[in-house]
Amino acid sequence: MTTWIFKFSSKKLNILAAAAAVLFFNFQLSAATNEIIITGGIESARPIGVVPFKYLGNSTLPENLSDVVASDLQRSGKFNPSKLSSMPQFPTTDTEVNYAAWAQKGVDMVLVGSVESTGLNQFLVTFELIDVLRAQATGGQTKTLENGKLVMTRDHVIEKRTKTINGSDFRQYAHIISDIVYEKLTGERGAFLTRIAYIKVLDRDTNPKPFRLVIADYDNVNPTTLLSSPEPLMSPTWSPDGNTLAYVSFENKRSQIYLQDIYTTSRTRLTDFPGINGAPNFSPDGKKLAMVLSKDGNPEIYIMDLQTRNLTRITRNRAIDTEPSWTPDGKSLIFTSERGGKPQIYRVNLASNRKSRLTFEGEMNLGGAVTPDNSQLVIVNRTRGDYHIAKQDLKNGDMLVLTNTYLDESPSISPNGSMIIYSVLENGKPALAWVSLDGRFSFKEPVADGEVKSPSWSPFLL
Amino acid sequence: MLNKNALKTLLIVVPLVTLAACKSGPTEAELEAEANRQAEVAAQQVADAKAVADADAKRVEVAKADALQKAKEMVEDEKAKLVAQNVVYFDFDRASVKSDFHSVLDMHAAFLVKNPGQAIVIEGHCDNRGTPEYNIALGERRAKSVETYLMNAGVSSSQVSVVSYGEEKPAVQGGSEYAFAQNRRGIVVYQ
Repeated sequence: MTTWIFKFSSKKLNILAAAAAVLFFNFQLSAATNEIIITGGIESARPIGVVPFKYLGNSTLPENLSDVVASDLQRSGKFNPSKLSSMPQFPTTDTEVNYAAWAQKGVDMVLVGSVESTGLNQFLVTFELIDVLRAQATGGQTKTLENGKLVMTRDHVIEKRTKTINGSDFRQYAHIISDIVYEKLTGERGAFLTRIAYIKVLDRDTNPKPFRLVIADYDNVNPTTLLSSPEPLMSPTWSPDGNTLAYVSFENKRSQIYLQDIYTTSRTRLTDFPGINGAPNFSPDGKKLAMVLSKDGNPEIYIMDLQTRNLTRITRNRAIDTEPSWTPDGKSLIFTSERGGKPQIYRVNLASNRKSRLTFEGEMNLGGAVTPDNSQLVIVNRTRGDYHIAKQDLKNGDMLVLTNTYLDESPSISPNGSMIIYSVLENGKPALAWVSLDGRFSFKEPVADGEVKSPSWSPFLL
Repeated sequence: MLNKNALKTLLIVVPLVTLAACKSGPTEAELEAEANRQAEVAAQQVADAKAVADADAKRVEVAKADALQKAKEMVEDEKAKLVAQNVVYFDFDRASVKSDFHSVLDMHAAFLVKNPGQAIVIEGHCDNRGTPEYNIALGERRAKSVETYLMNAGVSSSQVSVVSYGEEKPAVQGGSEYAFAQNRRGIVVYQ
C-alpha cells in the first residue's frame, strides 16, 4: 500500500515536472530573444556595455530588459554589446561606474539600470546611459554657469529616465530604451519598435492549410498567424499607419488582392480581375495602392484609389511590368520592366508619366525600393546567375552588392533606412536574413520549422 | 281416346325433345367462353408482340447505353491518358513551348476539339530564381504560351483559362538544378 502511494505520488511529481518544463519552455520561446547567426561585420560595430539591470523585488520578472536592449543594439549592426564575461563590473547607477575599468576594456558607452517591483504587476524602471570617456575627462563632474551661478553637472550622463511600466509592457519598453540609446548615439531614429510581416509555408503534405500570413515584432519575436490558407499567399505589405496589410491570396484558385486589419483581423477583398492581381504597395499617404494587373493582356502597373476604387493605368507595354514601389515623396513609382529585353528598374514620374531606366549593371535588376532618405535604390541584382541584394546611389549611379548568401530576394527596408530584411535560400528552404544598408553587418535566423519568405518591414509604430 | 291423344302428344313432344337434345351447336355459355378464350389469345398475342418489341427496344437502349458508356469510358480513358501526361517543361527564363512537347499538346488539343464541353485550366509555374512577383508574370507568360499553342490547334478560347502560381507551388523542394527543371512547368488541368 505504501509503495503504491509512493509510486502514485512519484508519477504525479513527474507529471508536474513535465508540465513545469513545458511552461518553462513556452516562457523561453515567447520571452527570450531570438537566436541569430551573425554572418559579418561585427568588427565595425561600436562597443557598448549593456549591464544587466538590477532587480529589486521577489516576483519573477516577465522579461529581462537589458537582454532585449543588448539584442536590439546588436541587431542594428551599429553596436557590439559586451559579453557578460568581459564586463569589469556590474554597476546599477552612474555613481557605481568605474569609468577607467570600462575604458580599459575599450568600451566607451555604458548603459546601467534597475527594475523595482512597486506593486501588483507594476515596475519602476530606471536607466542611465553613460559616456565613459567624457566622464573620465571631467572626473564625473562638470562646472557650468547656470543663472550666473557655478553649478556641478554630470554631462557625461547622456540620458537618464525613470518610468513605471506594467508587466506586459516589458518588451515594448525595452525596445523604447533601445530606440533612445540608438538615437542618442547615432543621431538616427531607432526602428526597434516596429514589426515585420511575412509568409510562412509549412509542410504541404501534412498541413491542410500550410500557407500562413504571419506578423511578429521586428526581431521575429511574438509571431502571430493572421491567416492560414490551403492555397498560396504572397506579397504582404504594410499601410503607412501600420494598421493594415495588403497581400495576395490564391484561396479562390486565382490571385486576388486583400486588405486585412491586423488588430481586428477583418478582411476585405480589394481586387478580382481576370489574370494577375499582384504586387500591392501603399502610397506614402496611404490613400492609394499601386498594383499589377494583367486583365488587359499582360502585366501592367496600375494605381487604385482606395476611397473610390478607381484604377489609373500607369504602364502600357507588351513587356512584363511589375513590382511597383513608391518613392518617399509619393510623386514617382519605381518598377521592374522587361521593356529593354531583361528585367531592369525604371522610374515613372506620376505627374508627367515620363519613364526612365535606372539600372544598367548586371544581367537583371528586380524588386526595387527607394530608401526613406531618397538617396539609395535597393534592388535584387543578378550577376553571373547569382541573385544578391544590392544598392545603387540615386545621384551618382554607383552600385554596391550587399549580400553574398544564396538566392537573396524580397528586400524590405527598415523605416529608418538602416537595415534591410530579405529572404535567402538556406539548405534549400527560404529563411529570413538581415543586412545593414552599408553592407557591413549581416545576420540570419536559424532555419525555422517551415519556409519563411516575402518579409515586409512595418513603418514606425509610435 | 285419352291414350290416343296421349300417344299423339308423345309423338309430337318426343321428337321435339329429341330435336332439342340433339341440337349439335354450342350453348350461349360455351359461346361466351369461346369468345373470351379467343380474346385472351389475341391479347396474349398482342402482349407477346409488345414484350418482344419492348425487349427489342430495351436491347437497343442497353446497346445504346453500352455504346455511350463505352464512348464515355473511351473518353475517360483518353482523358486519363492525357491527365497522366499533362505537364510541359520550360527552359530557364523562357516561356516558349519546346518542340519536345508539341506531340503531347497536340493530343490534348485533339481531345479538346472533340469534346468542346471540356474545360481546362492551364497553370504556369517557375523555379524559385528571381523575385516572386516577377515569377508570377513569367508563369503567366508560360501558361499563355501553352494556351496559344492549343488555340492554334483549334481549341476554343471558351474552354481554356489560365492561372500563374509563379514559384509558390514547386513540384520539387530545394535549390538543385533538378528541382529547378521540375518546377519550370505548365500544367493542363482538366476541370
